[in-house]
Amino acid sequence: MNDLLSTIDWSRAQFALTAMYHWLFVPLTIGLSLIVAIMETVYCRTGDDRWKKVTRFWMTLFGINFACGVATGIILEFEFGTNWSNYSWFVGDIFGAPLAIEGLFAFFLEATFVAVMFFGWNRVSKRFHLASTWLTAVGVCLSALWILVANAWMQNPVGMDFDPDQMRNVMTDFWGLAFNAVSMNKFFHTVFSAWALGGAFVIGISAWMIWRNRSLEASKMSLKVGAWVGLVGILLTMWTGDGSAIQVAKVQPMKLAAMEGLYEGKPGTDLIAIGVVNVREDRHEEQPEASYAVKIPKGLSLLAQHDMDAFVPGINNLLDGYEITTTGDTVFTVGYDKRIEMGKEAHAALRAYEDAKKSGNEAMADSALKVLNDNYQYFGYGFLSAPEDAIPPVAMTFYSFRVMVGLGCYMLLVYLITLLVMYRRKQTAKPATWVCWLMMLGLPAAWVCSQAGWIVAEVGRQPWTIQNLLPVNAAISDISSSGVQLTFWIFAVLFTLMLLAEISIMLRYINKVSRKGILND
Amino acid sequence: MEPTFLQTYWWIVISILGGLLVFLLFVQGGQTLFLTNSNKQSQALMVTSLGRKWELTFTTLVVFGGAFFAAFPLFYSTSFGGAYWLWMLILFSFVVQAVSYEFRTRKGNLFSTRTYDICLVFNGLFGCVLLGVAVGMMFFGGHFTIVKTNILDTASPVISQWAPSHGIEAIFNWRNLLLGFTVFFLARTLGALYFINNIRDQKDFGVTMRTQTLINGTIFALLFVSFVIVLMLSPGLRMTYSGFVLEPNCYWHNLLAMWWLIPVLLLAVIAVLYGIYRTAFSSTFTKGIWYAGVGTVVVVIILFWLAGFNDTAYYPSITDTDSSLTIVNSSSTPFTLTAMSYASLIIPVVLFYIVYVWKKMNSRPITPADLNQHD
Repeated sequence: MNDLLSTIDWSRAQFALTAMYHWLFVPLTIGLSLIVAIMETVYCRTGDDRWKKVTRFWMTLFGINFACGVATGIILEFEFGTNWSNYSWFVGDIFGAPLAIEGLFAFFLEATFVAVMFFGWNRVSKRFHLASTWLTAVGVCLSALWILVANAWMQNPVGMDFDPDQMRNVMTDFWGLAFNAVSMNKFFHTVFSAWALGGAFVIGISAWMIWRNRSLEASKMSLKVGAWVGLVGILLTMWTGDGSAIQVAKVQPMKLAAMEGLYEGKPGTDLIAIGVVNVREDRHEEQPEASYAVKIPKGLSLLAQHDMDAFVPGINNLLDGYEITTTGDTVFTVGYDKRIEMGKEAHAALRAYEDAKKSGNEAMADSALKVLNDNYQYFGYGFLSAPEDAIPPVAMTFYSFRVMVGLGCYMLLVYLITLLVMYRRKQTAKPATWVCWLMMLGLPAAWVCSQAGWIVAEVGRQPWTIQNLLPVNAAISDISSSGVQLTFWIFAVLFTLMLLAEISIMLRYINKVSRKGILND
Repeated sequence: MEPTFLQTYWWIVISILGGLLVFLLFVQGGQTLFLTNSNKQSQALMVTSLGRKWELTFTTLVVFGGAFFAAFPLFYSTSFGGAYWLWMLILFSFVVQAVSYEFRTRKGNLFSTRTYDICLVFNGLFGCVLLGVAVGMMFFGGHFTIVKTNILDTASPVISQWAPSHGIEAIFNWRNLLLGFTVFFLARTLGALYFINNIRDQKDFGVTMRTQTLINGTIFALLFVSFVIVLMLSPGLRMTYSGFVLEPNCYWHNLLAMWWLIPVLLLAVIAVLYGIYRTAFSSTFTKGIWYAGVGTVVVVIILFWLAGFNDTAYYPSITDTDSSLTIVNSSSTPFTLTAMSYASLIIPVVLFYIVYVWKKMNSRPITPADLNQHD
């Protein structure tokens, strides 16, 4: 049993490690693919050779990063099978489809046209090359679409039924699975945030070059594109972020409660802007949600339901049985202790159904099936031992949310200031040093912000691999914990070396080309 | 659509992806040929040539896995979660490949060019052999059991359980290794054929590659014939009304049952051999990759059909025959397979643009002049 628990933890750690490394590279791929496509379009429309040189500079950086995203991506796909084999069977009928469609619709598009993008300058026409660059940008977005559809389905499992004969869930509504409010919101929120990150990357590096008096003209050309893409990206990210909050409040209210460290809900709940969260050892102990808190009055109610007086349930309310319906109403259903009980009844009924079928006892099978159907909606809870098992790590979710929002606001400031500097009437040779530093700091801020967003999304939904249906302890593979530890460390070393090499190559390249002058390269 | 039709259709799709994947392993085979050429310029041309194609192989592997996940999730769950170490070794080899092409000659890559070249050779050797071993288990079996009710057992909830060696044992099975090395030498042969088609260097380069074609092609041919003999003599598990039955010469019987495959198989093998030997013995023939490539795809498709059709277990369990996987008992539901089938209609479009771009990019061979360009 201890080995099982350890295997679960190491499998989670390995998946988290792979996903976090993957997400270091992918948003830059998404964001930069759009930026180089815009730059190349300007080159093709104006015929200005300076834009071609600027495009090729950023395209090289895109290429250095692209391979790392591909390398970590393959691991992520196969880890569903290697480390979460029960999951792969239990929902493979549903989850596998978007992954395969991602491959067919997106990966081949990327793989084919990215080669033209890098190696085709002297082999294909200008227009064909431009089309290839745009198709690569479309390909990475399509790839994001299908993987995020799959991820959103784990957070909001819809379009399926349980088949007791096969002991798994089966798809019943493909379009419902693919294009529901949660999946679309997640897709746009993620892609727009990647545009924002791409913008921050271009601004950060351009600002460094300006600060060092290098490639001033090319840097200013890049700054304009980066700032516009970044600004549009961050504004749309904020807009879709608001949509995400509404969706989370409906389908994952426990995540929302953890994001706020909220144990006892009330109408007109405040939003904690900053503070030190008080994580309760005993969920019934009396203490405020956060110390040293600066609050926005009624902010959480507004965020969650667009209603300043709405009731937002806390962790204890949810464990006691409160839920938010799809129409946004708060209803009282079944407490988690009862859900666990009903889940275990569903398990027993499924076992009885299987035995009855094997022995050919139809009457017993029908009766077991009825019990199963009556209790199935809480099937996943049967894998939990106590209601408290359903509480996600509160502190990590709470702080990650604030880091994400805070740095998102900082990025907005960076884009606005960059545009202000670029478009002000009285142009100077270069912006002030403090402005350059503000822009440069946007670069790490974008990555930390993006990672924090995923921590909120993924840590906040623990312990579920599929919301309310399959917790992590029932989703794993039959591997020893020492085996997973070994692969975890191999991946950790491999990915870290890869990241260090990428950063080192990028720095050397930027340093070399900017010294010579991008337009002179 | 009927479930049987859908399962058959998806097995055909997976066979085609498998066939294309094995053909595209010319990239891996080509990577192991770096060592046969000490000329720096020739090595650079080889890397440049393969560097434009490695992503296609990589993508086909990912889509091959994704298609298995979507169409036959019980295989995905059992094989990947069970033969953990085998798949992890394959994945490690592909991870190091992905970055090597982009990083190897870049300034500041932290490790020398040689390190990245070793990574490419590692991927070329282990990627091919181990993929062959993984496919070998589709004929010669794995040590697993599947008990679906395990998911209700909180102390040991995993439905697919494997021998404690988790796939290492498969690597030491000589029949799997036979297929593994067959794939490896085929990949090297295809790699040499691709270089001959795609690179114009000094005369020495062509001579070296034609010699490599002959050596590797001959070893491949011997290994392939041995594998076919072993396969035809091997028993297999066939699903009957009373459960799985171990049938001697099962794959031979499958070939006879699908007799019309025999001439197709022979033609495909002849195409591979023609591509190899015409290239090896002619100093001007450069199209061998296409004969051998098409032949390879067809042969692999037929091998997959021998494994999966005729109620044969395409993933036999050595530990518990009742746990063996067929295209019927491991598949997704008809609803999912139908939805996926509509999605698969995009495949001809995908193949069209891949071929179109391939032709555009390869319209003229790579020459030393290309090495000096910005690309």
